[in-house]
Amino acid sequence: MEAPPYAVFLFPSVSHALKAEKILKEQGIVHKLIPVPRHISSDCGVCLRVAVAQQGLVAEALQGLVTWERMVLL
Amino acid sequence: MEPDPGKNQTIYFDNAATSWPKPAGMIEAMNHYSGMIGGSPGRSGHRRSLDAGRIILETREVLAELFGIDDSLRIAFTKNATEALNIALLGILHSGDHVITSSMEHNSVMRPLRFLETQGVQISVVSCSGDGRLDPEDVRAAIRPQTRLLVVTHSSNVTGTIQPIAELGHIVRDHGFLFCVDAAQTAGALPIHVDEMAIDLLAFSGHKSLFGPQGTGGLYIREGIEKHLRPLMMGGTGSRSEFERQPDFMPDKYESGTPNTIGLAGLGAGVRFVLAEGVEAIRRKEEGLTERFLKGLASLKGITVYGPPDAASRTAAVSFNIAGVSPSEASLELDERFGILCRPGLHCAPAAHRTIGTFSRGTIRFGFGYFNNVEEISFALEAIRSLAVGA
Ligand SMILES: Cc1ncc(COP(=O)(O)O)c(C=O)c1O
Repeated sequence: MEAPPYAVFLFPSVSHALKAEKILKEQGIVHKLIPVPRHISSDCGVCLRVAVAQQGLVAEALQGLVTWERMVLL
Repeated sequence: MEPDPGKNQTIYFDNAATSWPKPAGMIEAMNHYSGMIGGSPGRSGHRRSLDAGRIILETREVLAELFGIDDSLRIAFTKNATEALNIALLGILHSGDHVITSSMEHNSVMRPLRFLETQGVQISVVSCSGDGRLDPEDVRAAIRPQTRLLVVTHSSNVTGTIQPIAELGHIVRDHGFLFCVDAAQTAGALPIHVDEMAIDLLAFSGHKSLFGPQGTGGLYIREGIEKHLRPLMMGGTGSRSEFERQPDFMPDKYESGTPNTIGLAGLGAGVRFVLAEGVEAIRRKEEGLTERFLKGLASLKGITVYGPPDAASRTAAVSFNIAGVSPSEASLELDERFGILCRPGLHCAPAAHRTIGTFSRGTIRFGFGYFNNVEEISFALEAIRSLAVGA
């Protein structure tokens, strides 16, 4: 079986997601804001999608600067 | 150049109420949002909603930079400083608590406190000197075991008197209660650093020295305080939509309802202007104008000036009276004959006027701003001289 190519970071609010986006942009980490997939949460917000291989790097970049709620493999 | 009131040419000296003019970037940013973006921030995932959210985040980030705040999400936006102060005071104080304030406060502090007094909150109003200064030792002497909060204006909107905020902050922190600062007159006009000044709650107007439009303001809330701070309003935040309970995190806990995105776009541009010019440079210019005006008034007969004699101890609001002319008559004459716009009366601060001895007559207040110049000051001094001579 192939490993899932993406991981998503879920945040308490869009403000948090946008702050995370800004941090990743500044650090040059490839990412995309997408609507939260229905099977992950019924919330209507957005989440941050990154390559699975980058998830450790992303967690490190966000640590202490913006809180996230969960990280889920797609 | 002298203004011609007949041609609607004016000298705007009411910056202590709201600043005018605004930097060109403010109008452009509001036009850009309105014409090109227009989405509701934090509500949908489409690009215009996200772009609206990015504008608001940028405004938070530049404010955080200005005030030395580590995490911009610690700032909740409000419609003005009054709403921010109401969230802080009504949210923190409960029956049995004791709160300390000064005798120089605006009604946006005094009225919520007088209401809370009827709900069982004990209030100590510490007297200031005749020129409006609060002595930190008098605050220390007012502390009780039940003291929960000190709320003080950074500078008076009546006399411009600057209070020793950092000193007060450290007294409060040593005693383990909370410190709320009303920065309506100083945000953008004086350096503010929430950690160095030990500020727990910072309320600010967006429409004064931050050069945003009216309808903008905010409240900084130090980490952890939101756990004990009840919101004034609850409702839709875009986050946690599946729950019927209000979110308990910053800033959503205090930001219910569709925000003033167009206003916050303008506020962001205003704050970027302040950062680009530099608060120190803005302060130098305003202090210079104030000093020139104070010196000029001192050479006129029949004028009483209130507040500290030196410009270094005050922001750019100057209250004075002309013997034989009431403040409202004087301001009408200044407007109609000279095109000089100012504010007479009590300035929503009866406590401050009692402190300086001008209740209930009030004063004439000139509020200078970064866009005023020395020619306007000289022209105004001549106008005041002619009113004083005519009286
Ligand atoms: C010292 C002071 N506090 C509070 C306020 C209220 O600010 P706002 O009009 O933004 O609510 C003002 C000005 O109006 C003020 O000068």
